[in-house]
Amino acid sequence: MSGKPRLTYLNGRGRMEPVRWLLAAAGVEFEENFLETREQYEKLIKDGVLMFQQVPLVEIDGMKMVQTRAILSYIAGKYNLYGKDLKERALIDMYVEGITDLMQMILMFPFSPPETKEKNIDSIKERATNRYFPVFEKVLKQHGQDFLVGNKFSWADVQLIEAILAVEEKIPAVLSGFPQLQAFKKRMSNMPTIKKFLQPGSPRKPPPDECYVETVLKIFKK
Amino acid sequence: MAGKPKLYYFDGRGKMESIRWLLAAAGVEFEEEFLETREQYEKLLQGGSLLFQQVPMVEIDGMKMVQSRAIANYIATKYNLYGKDLKERALIDMYVGGTDDLMGFLLTFPYLSAEDKEKQRAVIVEKATSRYFPAYEKVLKDHGQDFLVGNHFSWADVHLLEAILMVEEKKSDVLSGFPQLQAFKARISSIPTIKKFLQPGSQRKPISSDKYVETVRRVLRMYYDMKAN
Repeated sequence: MSGKPRLTYLNGRGRMEPVRWLLAAAGVEFEENFLETREQYEKLIKDGVLMFQQVPLVEIDGMKMVQTRAILSYIAGKYNLYGKDLKERALIDMYVEGITDLMQMILMFPFSPPETKEKNIDSIKERATNRYFPVFEKVLKQHGQDFLVGNKFSWADVQLIEAILAVEEKIPAVLSGFPQLQAFKKRMSNMPTIKKFLQPGSPRKPPPDECYVETVLKIFKK
Repeated sequence: MAGKPKLYYFDGRGKMESIRWLLAAAGVEFEEEFLETREQYEKLLQGGSLLFQQVPMVEIDGMKMVQSRAIANYIATKYNLYGKDLKERALIDMYVGGTDDLMGFLLTFPYLSAEDKEKQRAVIVEKATSRYFPAYEKVLKDHGQDFLVGNHFSWADVHLLEAILMVEEKKSDVLSGFPQLQAFKARISSIPTIKKFLQPGSQRKPISSDKYVETVRRVLRMYYDMKAN
């Protein structure tokens, strides 16, 4: 029996992808248990391993953790990606929460009706370029350091690079006008653990397609 | 200059209420500035006080903090309501995550049409009684302790009490069938700081009225319809 964290989720990004990113960035190997059928999901519920009957589920250090934010906070704390003190943690939390709000729009996008998709892309572009990216552009410009918080690689950096790449998949030129973020993207992408995660064959999942959406609806729809 | 935290939000519950609960539970006095006009909000925006152009915002320890979860994390840690180690914090985060999801259904409630409110009320009660309350009932039953985590009062307890009271406002007998939670509610309500917060005249806010909804819509120019879950 390995000591590796074990992730239970669908074979796709969804709410588990930030966890994959963070573990990978920390250089932590993990196993994955993919949900493919409703029966598998119902068995998990019956076995009592899902505290609120939901995935993501991450088995780590003897705990059956649910709630994405709780899982991410634990991993960040364990692998020293959560700042050196309370104030740095406050900054990391603020940045992560903001980025999560942006990522929520991307998360929901595959499930929106076809006639709203174009409007939703516009909304994502508007929020990214008017609300979120300017904040991080400014943070990086003001302190001139390589990382968002405390001159040290943290959860906030991982979350931001994930978000940048996810938004770029929808809006390829979205970083034009954000030179600091362009440099940040390059720097983060070159960090050994992240570089490895960005290569084919890593646990990184592809963008959600119709097949993924169908699987989600099949497994979770009441 | 006061050392007290200062809360910037509307004069109502919304996303600030959990922070008021937490500060009150910790016995920390705080000031409030209520947003009533669009001009006030624009002034905050122009002043650069709102990192993502949103409230809640809390001035605390020289920071202008935004994002209710970040704010709550900071307060919980500062006032020792976040467990004694990483594993206790993990449990607290999981439990708060659950009550947060439940409160999410309640947060949008005031903005729904009358017809959707009826539907949503049923959804809230169903989620509370079939998903969330059973989980916490089991936690308390399994360890038999007074508090959810580590035999010690924490943010998780504060948040669960807040959630219980909010759901009870939608269905007063919702705790029947949950004896552990009934006892928990009585215990936590009688903690001195919480007892004080539950009394009239405290900074606890009432259920959101139509007037409150109107103010929020006007200040944020948020005139679109919210949908029931």
